[in-house]
Amino acid sequence: MSIGHTLLGLLESGPRHGYDLKRAFDEKFGHDRPLHYGQVYSTMSRLLKNGLVEVDGVEAGGGPERKRYAITEAGVTDVETWIRQPEKPEPYLQSTLYTKVVLALLTGRDAGDVLDTQRAEHLRLMRVLTDRKRHGDLSDQLICDHALFHLEADLRWLELTAARLVQLASEVRK
Amino acid sequence: MTPAGSLLVAQDLHKSYGPTPALDGAGFSIHPGEVVAVMGPSGSGKSTLLHCLAGIVTPDSGTIRYDGRELSAMSDAERSALRRTEFGFVFQFGQLVPELTCVENVALPLRLTGVKRKEAERRSLEWMERLEVADLGHKRPGEVSGGQGQRVAVARSLVTQPRVIFADEPTGALDSLNGERVMQLLTEAARSTNAAVVLVTHEARVAAYSDREIVVRDGKSRDMMLEHSV
Repeated sequence: MSIGHTLLGLLESGPRHGYDLKRAFDEKFGHDRPLHYGQVYSTMSRLLKNGLVEVDGVEAGGGPERKRYAITEAGVTDVETWIRQPEKPEPYLQSTLYTKVVLALLTGRDAGDVLDTQRAEHLRLMRVLTDRKRHGDLSDQLICDHALFHLEADLRWLELTAARLVQLASEVRK
Repeated sequence: MTPAGSLLVAQDLHKSYGPTPALDGAGFSIHPGEVVAVMGPSGSGKSTLLHCLAGIVTPDSGTIRYDGRELSAMSDAERSALRRTEFGFVFQFGQLVPELTCVENVALPLRLTGVKRKEAERRSLEWMERLEVADLGHKRPGEVSGGQGQRVAVARSLVTQPRVIFADEPTGALDSLNGERVMQLLTEAARSTNAAVVLVTHEARVAAYSDREIVVRDGKSRDMMLEHSV
């Protein structure tokens, strides 16, 4: 996820302080990984340098950062471009798992066991997400569903590979 | 999870249909209030395992104990009584009786155990309310959607307050949204009555509603959580 673009998007509804941005980000998108304050301030200074935000006001106070940021015209255009651009589909997990399965077959290990262990791990995470969905609001449900569908896709690949292990073994051992 | 304190335990089950082994040493255990998913590819033996556990099919060898009693030592009549009073069933296509109204369908298991019509329908409507289909009471299964029909089927499986619910691909004929809702309602209802649920599914999103999973492949079962806890 692009933290810069997300923070910019949050600024479109009106100027905010850094700590306010962090809170809004964590509440809406940061269930698993809340932002560090340092990430917020380094991102904001980069956006400031690139002219995508400007300082709308500075308040005196005890906190380390009291600047209030506002999005610029260029910032709005940047968010617009980012939102409209499709994400690159990345087959991130399969490549690692595929490597493990092939190595298991090559070294005489139980490749089925590799897949079974991975299935159990996927299901464990899917239970956590399902439980969170059960107790959450609609935005929790949508975010968890997105993750669940991706995990399910991995599992389908896993089942298909499990069904083709004998064939795969004979090919990789040629 | 060890079999100690289990409500239903199966060990070393073998079952063949002709020369083809459907079960080849499979085992299973479930505690009261637990939801266990039985997963595996088509033809792996998961439905046969469910049918054996429910006393519908008799295994060639192996033991199945329900609440301390050996299923194979029971007469057919005793096993039928067990299925009527202590077990509940949900199937992929609901299998409601088309000639009966929805409330009559839900009331059917109670009527079969001798509960009077009025009382049976009162209790049925309570369950239908929990499953969000109380307003469909007087419609026939042909007049309701697939999702609604499956909720009626779930209400029917729960109406006798069974101790074990056997659900064979309960969302297999539903779209994602309806499938999710059925799973949510089924597992919530089961947990509130401390019923155990044996959930056969090949869908990971459905299995995610369980507490743990058993994987069946080539008639053999594998309990990943048990292996990991050991």
